[in-house]
Amino acid sequence: MQYQSFLIKYAEIGVKGKNRFLFEDALVAHIRHALKRLDGDFIVSKESGRIYAAAQSEYDFDEVVESLTRIFGIAAICPMVQVEDNGYEDLKQQVLSYVDQYYEDKHFTFKVYARRGNKRYPVNSEQINRDLGEVILYTFPETKVDVHKPEVMLYVEVRNKINIYSKIIPGPGGMPVGTNGKAMLLLSGGIDSPVAGYMIAKRGVKIDAVYFHAPPYTSERAKEKVIDLAKLVSRYSGPVHLHIVNFTEIQLYIYDKCPHEELTIIMRRYMMRIAEHLAGEAGAQALITGESIGQVASQTMHSLAATDTVCTIPVFRPVIGFDKQEIVDVSEKIGTYETSVLPFEDCCTIFVAKHPVTKPSIKMIERSEEKLEEKIDEMVETAIRTVEKVWC
Amino acid sequence: MEVYFDNSATTKVLEPVKEIVIKTMMEDYGNPSARHKKGLDAERYIKEAAETIAGTLKVAAKEIVFTSGGSESNNMAIIETAMANKRAGNHIISTGIEHASVYNPLAYLEEQGFRITYLSVDGKGHINLEELEEAICPETILVSIMYVNNEIGAIEPVEAISKIIKKKNPNILFHVDAIQAYGKLLIRPKSQGIDLLSVSAHKIHGPKGIGFLYIDKRVKIRPMIYGGGQQRGMRSGTENVPGVAGLSAAASFMYTNHREKIREITELKDYLIDRLPEIEGVVINSLKGELSAPQIVSASFSGIRSEVLLHALEEREIYVSSGSACSSNHPAVSGTLKGIGVKPELLDSTLRFSFGVFNTREEVDYCIETLKELLPALRRYQRG
Repeated sequence: MQYQSFLIKYAEIGVKGKNRFLFEDALVAHIRHALKRLDGDFIVSKESGRIYAAAQSEYDFDEVVESLTRIFGIAAICPMVQVEDNGYEDLKQQVLSYVDQYYEDKHFTFKVYARRGNKRYPVNSEQINRDLGEVILYTFPETKVDVHKPEVMLYVEVRNKINIYSKIIPGPGGMPVGTNGKAMLLLSGGIDSPVAGYMIAKRGVKIDAVYFHAPPYTSERAKEKVIDLAKLVSRYSGPVHLHIVNFTEIQLYIYDKCPHEELTIIMRRYMMRIAEHLAGEAGAQALITGESIGQVASQTMHSLAATDTVCTIPVFRPVIGFDKQEIVDVSEKIGTYETSVLPFEDCCTIFVAKHPVTKPSIKMIERSEEKLEEKIDEMVETAIRTVEKVWC
Repeated sequence: MEVYFDNSATTKVLEPVKEIVIKTMMEDYGNPSARHKKGLDAERYIKEAAETIAGTLKVAAKEIVFTSGGSESNNMAIIETAMANKRAGNHIISTGIEHASVYNPLAYLEEQGFRITYLSVDGKGHINLEELEEAICPETILVSIMYVNNEIGAIEPVEAISKIIKKKNPNILFHVDAIQAYGKLLIRPKSQGIDLLSVSAHKIHGPKGIGFLYIDKRVKIRPMIYGGGQQRGMRSGTENVPGVAGLSAAASFMYTNHREKIREITELKDYLIDRLPEIEGVVINSLKGELSAPQIVSASFSGIRSEVLLHALEEREIYVSSGSACSSNHPAVSGTLKGIGVKPELLDSTLRFSFGVFNTREEVDYCIETLKELLPALRRYQRG
């Protein structure tokens, strides 16, 4: 038997005061958008701090739940049965039929948890709990009441209509995407950056992404892999506009002019500069990277400081304090891990020095960069002008 | 100019192959097992293909079993003869330069309790016949050796190999992976002493997803796929009629005016080998002449990673493959190149150029000129 609708609970939006409707409307819009792509028709409505998605046709339960659990802002998803208020005796019958339909094996402990939103309802919550408990016990003698740790908590909400549900599927939490601005994610082919993008998107931030492509040193497949990763992130964040920058010329120029052990740092500084420029064009207010302190030479405290100084907008590094395994765990949860570990080289590793600097001083790096003065501005400009944009 | 020099990976299909594939999909699309006329028409393609192919090898049509391609043929030849003959012994001999579709079934058999001996190769990729002779023991039931190595093109002396095996014990089966050899060399299983021979269609301008296994009628083997009993029960499943018809068309093309066609391909190969030394720092891993296949040239380019060179050539519309799949994170260096003693620093700098019937001398010129142009710039930028 199919549940006819879903009660969708949200958490943090509840406390946003006067702006609350903005968050709610965004969440409703995201839910509608997600459900529209699935089999079946739904009416999505909001009503006193709740969102309902009511099925108007057949649908695939697992597909719907999977899709809803990817929408930020949802705290919980409760598949439920909604019935008209046709009197107290009818309610008992409806509850019995709910239990009968959804619990084939009746060997479970339960507790009824009634709430009376409609205070004019003739029976109070305490009484409803007792009466429904009794009729369930009587009809299904295999069941047992356990008021402390019930296996099944049966919620009965008496509003204008009556909601009956007992399953609570946790949502992803966070806030609806787009309610907290937009940021530009530096997306490599690795494990960390998709996770970083996911984490910032979870806070309601819309995501654009930039990838630095270095043909022939990085392959078309490496680029395809990044597009795939952006698509995987977009399942949570909504459509991602991916900016693909051809970085080869700049990289080779740095290789020619600067000390090799500073190559990665200088390269990253130019990536940040270009990313900031593209962020400005795209209306993004911050950058996101997947850096984690000390993971590689370019992510030591000194190196981070050296790359940070070239940016004037905030740089978010949500996995900065994560161990590699913790990042891997998230990437497995959000389904990017398998794609991330495909073995294609990204442009950060192709010319990596045997002993890259780990404690670069900003002065020293700036002095090296002076050697690039002749051509670098023009090269950066060309890279920005020839950027390829893909919707993922 | 688009230059496709990756014909040992796969090939473009021939015009007559395309025609017959379409015809068997759009007109003669019946199930060969069906009792009606449509079925009979379809069945005819299978029969005729078996005869055509048998004709190219001078064997009997009923010794040909169609499969889904080279990998299935190798799997069936190795696993199913080993299983069917395990009472006679549990020892198998192969080489260190086989394709993964030979190597992995052998690894599986090893888990099942079989013992495998892998023969080494010399600097040109040929096995040592004395080593083979010494490896044969009373428990040996199968020897599986490739005809043409897919990475460098070395031709193994199958006839001499067979003589050694059969002299020691005529019951030992000899399987030959001929996936890079069929269509390029004249193969005579009966006189060369080959008991099983694996072939794939898409390496000879036929369609993908089809191949065959030649099984000498005296070979004891079990089917790998059970079902409706098609192909005398040796390989169940409705026959891939378009594939089989396409394979037959490709085989018959390759073996018509065969000498002429192979001479042309050999000329391209020799021409490339002659011109490559014009480029600095090139080591050629393939031989000219009869000990090497007509279509494959392996060459190492010092000081440059093969993947980078491959992509740089790709930007100029030249398609080749790297001698070994390798990246900085996942070193998986080729067994063949190591086996023939390519220097460690060149293992990851090796490209394979492989020719087919569509290639021309002008393409080789363009490729050489492009390499000359690209290499100095690419060599300037290196890791470390």
